[in-house]
Amino acid sequence: MKFKSLTIYLLTSSIFLLCLLSILKIMSTLQGIDFTNLNIGQNFILGICLSLGLLVVGNKLNHFIKIFSFTSIFTIFYLYINESAPIWYYISVFIVILFFSHKVKNYNLNYLKEDFVSEKIIFDFITLFGIIFFAFVILFPFYIMLVTSFKTQIALLVNPLDFSLDFKKDLSDLFKSYFVIFDTYNFGRYILISSLVSIGTVIITLMFAIPAAYAVARLNFFGKTFLSSSILIIYMFPAIVLVIPLYTVFSQLGLRNSVVGLLIVYTATTLPVAIYMLQGYFKSIPKEIEDAGIMDGHSWFGIILKIIIPLSLPAIASVALYVFMIAWNEFLFSLMFLDNPKSFTLSRAIQYLTGDAETPRQYLMAGSVIVTLPVLVIFIYFEKYLVSGLTAGSVKG
Amino acid sequence: MSDTLSKIEKRTAYTLLLPAVFLVFSIILFPIFANIWISFKEVSLKDIRIPEPRAKKIVKSISDNNSELKIVYKLRNSSLIQKISDVEFKDKLPSNVIPVDLDSRCEFKSKIIKCQFGEWKAKYRENFEVLIKDENNNEIDKEVIKSQKPSLSGKADNILLTTNFTLKNFKKVFYENDFLDLLLTTFYFTFFGTIGAIFFGILAAQLVNQNFYGRSFMRSILLFPYVGPVVALAYTWTLLLDPNSGTFNALMVNFNIFDEPINLLGQKYMVMNIFGFELKLRLALTTVIFFEIWRYFPLAFLFILARLQAVPKDLYEAAEVDGAGPLKKFIHITLPQITAIISILFMIRFIWNFNKFEDIFLLTGGASGTRTLPINVYQQGFAISDIGMGSAVSIVIVLLLIIFMFIYFKLIGKKANEI
Repeated sequence: MKFKSLTIYLLTSSIFLLCLLSILKIMSTLQGIDFTNLNIGQNFILGICLSLGLLVVGNKLNHFIKIFSFTSIFTIFYLYINESAPIWYYISVFIVILFFSHKVKNYNLNYLKEDFVSEKIIFDFITLFGIIFFAFVILFPFYIMLVTSFKTQIALLVNPLDFSLDFKKDLSDLFKSYFVIFDTYNFGRYILISSLVSIGTVIITLMFAIPAAYAVARLNFFGKTFLSSSILIIYMFPAIVLVIPLYTVFSQLGLRNSVVGLLIVYTATTLPVAIYMLQGYFKSIPKEIEDAGIMDGHSWFGIILKIIIPLSLPAIASVALYVFMIAWNEFLFSLMFLDNPKSFTLSRAIQYLTGDAETPRQYLMAGSVIVTLPVLVIFIYFEKYLVSGLTAGSVKG
Repeated sequence: MSDTLSKIEKRTAYTLLLPAVFLVFSIILFPIFANIWISFKEVSLKDIRIPEPRAKKIVKSISDNNSELKIVYKLRNSSLIQKISDVEFKDKLPSNVIPVDLDSRCEFKSKIIKCQFGEWKAKYRENFEVLIKDENNNEIDKEVIKSQKPSLSGKADNILLTTNFTLKNFKKVFYENDFLDLLLTTFYFTFFGTIGAIFFGILAAQLVNQNFYGRSFMRSILLFPYVGPVVALAYTWTLLLDPNSGTFNALMVNFNIFDEPINLLGQKYMVMNIFGFELKLRLALTTVIFFEIWRYFPLAFLFILARLQAVPKDLYEAAEVDGAGPLKKFIHITLPQITAIISILFMIRFIWNFNKFEDIFLLTGGASGTRTLPINVYQQGFAISDIGMGSAVSIVIVLLLIIFMFIYFKLIGKKANEI
């Protein structure tokens, strides 16, 4: 039993350390250091030695001394085995190993005798590994997007691995791609159109959705159950099956290439979910408050305006943010309806840029950063509202 | 008394609902029915424009002092396939200017030349000439004549509104379109995309449900791919995976994991040799599925996490007292708690992945074996310009969707209400 858990401990911990070191090495390669070998075998054996050493010493030494001495010894060994590299790389190796030793500091020989210890060890390391894996896999493309926008096409063709940024350069040189896409490619206009369309969609959607949601939540009328159950079914119908008829009708009405056309379509496609989200919240408002409003002689309109809206601001905020995000990110309809560069939204403009194979990739990525940044900033800032919006509006995808 | 109140209530309800219902009806429900109509017609992209009579006006001098001018109207039918009937032409002349020897189809009355051209066939063209002169032999200002635009009107059938129907589109969809491959690709993409997203969603939720430093930060990061604009993310991936100068391939070759760069988005098959068996992997499709998983596992994560946080802590404590390890706890407590939400997620994601267009379009454009049904709608309707055919494919999608939804409500509709 003890042997089994010991093996599992050694294997999982050294695989974990190996992954950490490999990610570090990959990221350092992207800073222009010339590594060509991940040294998997050697690092794995080193990892086993380190884990074993930390385990055997256990609680006999002060944690602080134990971690530091082991980390230093290991770093020196690592330095000896691997290719030479700048000093900052060794410092990062030291930090990574410090982190690792800290994580396994509580393991000792006695701990391995406990019940289910192999499972616990595996779960512990899967958790640690999972956090780093997910963070790496998710952030890596965003990192590449950001850094590419500061590089030049030629530099990237010469060495696709060198993403190091030269901060000694002029700031205007560093941000050159951004200046170019604003000057030459007219991105200022696209930002304006995108904002106009998104904010317009939010306002119109709310104007339509709040009364409708109130009716569904509060009033009795014929066909109510049918309506409330069909809202989500309607929402499940995909944009792609709407595209051809809308394209033909919009062409004949002259609504293509216009902000108005986009506003109509975006509003209609986000309305069902907006109504669904809002009516759920309206139902949770105590009816007595409205009754008081009726006693005061308010009309239905007055009740919605003076009682319902102020009381449900959080829900309205999450609907607004959610709708804004959908409209800002929307691509299919802007691809179909817009073919005049004068009326492009940001997404469509970036897609248009890729149509020309000559467009340098840093411009493309600068455009991508511009379209991504507002959404991420809004998301981080209003995360609480947006998450509840995302959860309620689950079906959108 | 209460009767009138309920009447008022009903009326208010309808008034409040009307704008929203009308908009949703016209933009979502109407197109679905319009699709059925169009799918039985032979329509191409260029037929959508209603045929118009058009005229281009050219002014020529024929005398020295410009007291006489020749106007040439280049008349044409804008449509290459449809006729226009009852074409009427109008153009205004300045005062004191009159036409000479006017065409018999026309008449000149109160400064306006008005002509009845009758019927124009498809592709119809004519150079229609009018001589004009000033009554007092003064010079006529050419610019004034030029700036006056003629107006034309005519009656043309809107091909979308005629009642010629054909089954040709559906025959083409099923027999000439490689339909089986299309369907298989769509299901392969949908199924593995959904399973993968849910699998990683469970994993991520399980992670974030534990206590560690930077947990809320991690939760935000995990949602990034889902909230980011698809255009930006898809192009970043395309650049990353580019075989010639993409970072991914460069890294793999640099560390000797690949012998040579692999065109992950442009290669249809990859032959793998596992224990002597030759396996053909749909490479581009697999890559697209990975992108799909990467982008949509956050949604599964969000839902499962919400559910996990609602599981009572004492369940786990009781299990620990009973001697259950982490694995048993997961299988016997966590999994049963999340099966309901997983089945809902599966259906929702399945339907949405089934309809996914943007992601595949932006990554591969439907090339190298990634042609799914939604991509085919676009290809038929806009790349080949066969609107009728595109609609027919849309109808196939809608029919399949209705089947899925039926299964969904039969199987888990009740469960969904319980949550």
